[in-house]
Amino acid sequence: MVTIRIPSPLRAYTGEQAVVEVDGTTIGAALEDLTARYPELRQHLYEGQQLRNFVNVFLGEEDIRFLDGLDTGLDAGDSLRIIPSIAGGRPECESAPSLRQE
Amino acid sequence: MQALASNPGTLSNDEIRRYSRHIIMPEVGIEGQRLLKSSSILLIGTGGLGSPLALYLAAAGVGRIGLVDYDVVDESNLQRQIIHGQSTLGTSKLESAAARIRDINPFTQIDTYNEPVTSANALRLMEPYDVIIDGTDNFPTRYLVNDACVKLGKPNVYGSIFRFEGQLSVFYATEGPCYRCMFPEPPPPGLVPSCAEGGVLGILPGTIGTLQATEGIKLLLGIGEPMIGRMLLYDALEMTFTTIRVRRDTACPVCSIPPEQVELIDYEQFCGMPAHDRSTFGQENGHLEAEHAVEEISATALKERLDNGDDLIVLDVRNPIEWEIAALDDTLRIPKPQIEAAMNDVLAGVRSREETVLAQIPEDREIVLHCRTGIRSADSIAFLKRLGYKNKLLILDGGIHAWSREIDPSLPIY
Repeated sequence: MVTIRIPSPLRAYTGEQAVVEVDGTTIGAALEDLTARYPELRQHLYEGQQLRNFVNVFLGEEDIRFLDGLDTGLDAGDSLRIIPSIAGGRPECESAPSLRQE
Repeated sequence: MQALASNPGTLSNDEIRRYSRHIIMPEVGIEGQRLLKSSSILLIGTGGLGSPLALYLAAAGVGRIGLVDYDVVDESNLQRQIIHGQSTLGTSKLESAAARIRDINPFTQIDTYNEPVTSANALRLMEPYDVIIDGTDNFPTRYLVNDACVKLGKPNVYGSIFRFEGQLSVFYATEGPCYRCMFPEPPPPGLVPSCAEGGVLGILPGTIGTLQATEGIKLLLGIGEPMIGRMLLYDALEMTFTTIRVRRDTACPVCSIPPEQVELIDYEQFCGMPAHDRSTFGQENGHLEAEHAVEEISATALKERLDNGDDLIVLDVRNPIEWEIAALDDTLRIPKPQIEAAMNDVLAGVRSREETVLAQIPEDREIVLHCRTGIRSADSIAFLKRLGYKNKLLILDGGIHAWSREIDPSLPIY
């Protein structure tokens, strides 16, 4: 059992759960288990079988891109964390009206 | 690290008295305070993050503060933008902030730039400053500020906030990674949290903004361990601060090449979204326009048709929490995320239309969709069209806000 910390922007897809416990002996398997439990999360994390470029996954304080990526092994009790790309307080709908001023 | 400020000026007795709580600390001292006086910081944005930044940096004795903003103070800003106040509602944020800074510290020089930061003006705006602090609220400007800082060899004190969470780092390509090493590309517009999931705890920008100010002062003085190569993650609900490592990407398209070769690009195109609400991005962009080209009905026209007893359904796609704030009578209510989830399931063959909320949305009657301002309802129409809805679908132009303005002022604008 490992834990995955879900950032606020993605909690809408995990029933507002901030921390989800999953099974998996690699990071890839753990994320597969996560998206199996919360299918709507999948499109936010994956493009096909690849993690999306803007999705940052950390094991402890390390970016998994600098470990073995999805193949990185996990021990029971490890903590994964998805780091969101957040821009600030301006949500899409505050800036988007200019799109429709035609 | 070396201090970024240079050519320290002299301090008057008034200034020594003012800054005495700094000066008695050996890490600052007279020398450090003189460095601060000769230093300069550019604040991009005078909103939630920019407010505490400007207040504290001015109070601390930074000699010159540049402010970039083009907005006016609105009531909905005051929940978090504490440099502004009731008395400056409707005035320019620059004037409002400058007046407040002058009151806090008359020794601070204030430069104001009443314009959005763009690829055309970014280098000119940033070049005269020692440190750049990014207090913006959108992806295109974040990438622009990063790339311009890399090109100019300047540190970018990064802070970002969302709901109850904040991030802090110092991106300084001459010493460590840049923003793009951590976030190579922005999320596509469809995956950026929409207003339904947005919002921010009013105090959060205060927390992150003061941390940014701290990093700015440390960089100017060359003291302590700057947040280069690290990112602080703050969770206000759990009250946890976590530090993660940010590594330089040796293949980073921006900071791995010689700075003079860095070219500022069209960041709205890069991010697929407008940088600010005066942007014309999207108006000439075929894809977005097609996505958003929907038929509209004005609040007044809708009222007339409802009064006439026309056969139409009004579908409110906002979230339940918003229904409690303000709602029209006799509407069908299904939040946009539920429509989107249902669409995904139906298109993937996981569930049939009848098994989802879509069963409530008729395919043979005219439907007027509405949300807060019109974006989510336009998105929802796109979903329904993808599902093959052929009936007449319109959006209430301007959303419930327009209804409040034109028809029923008792409904609050939020």
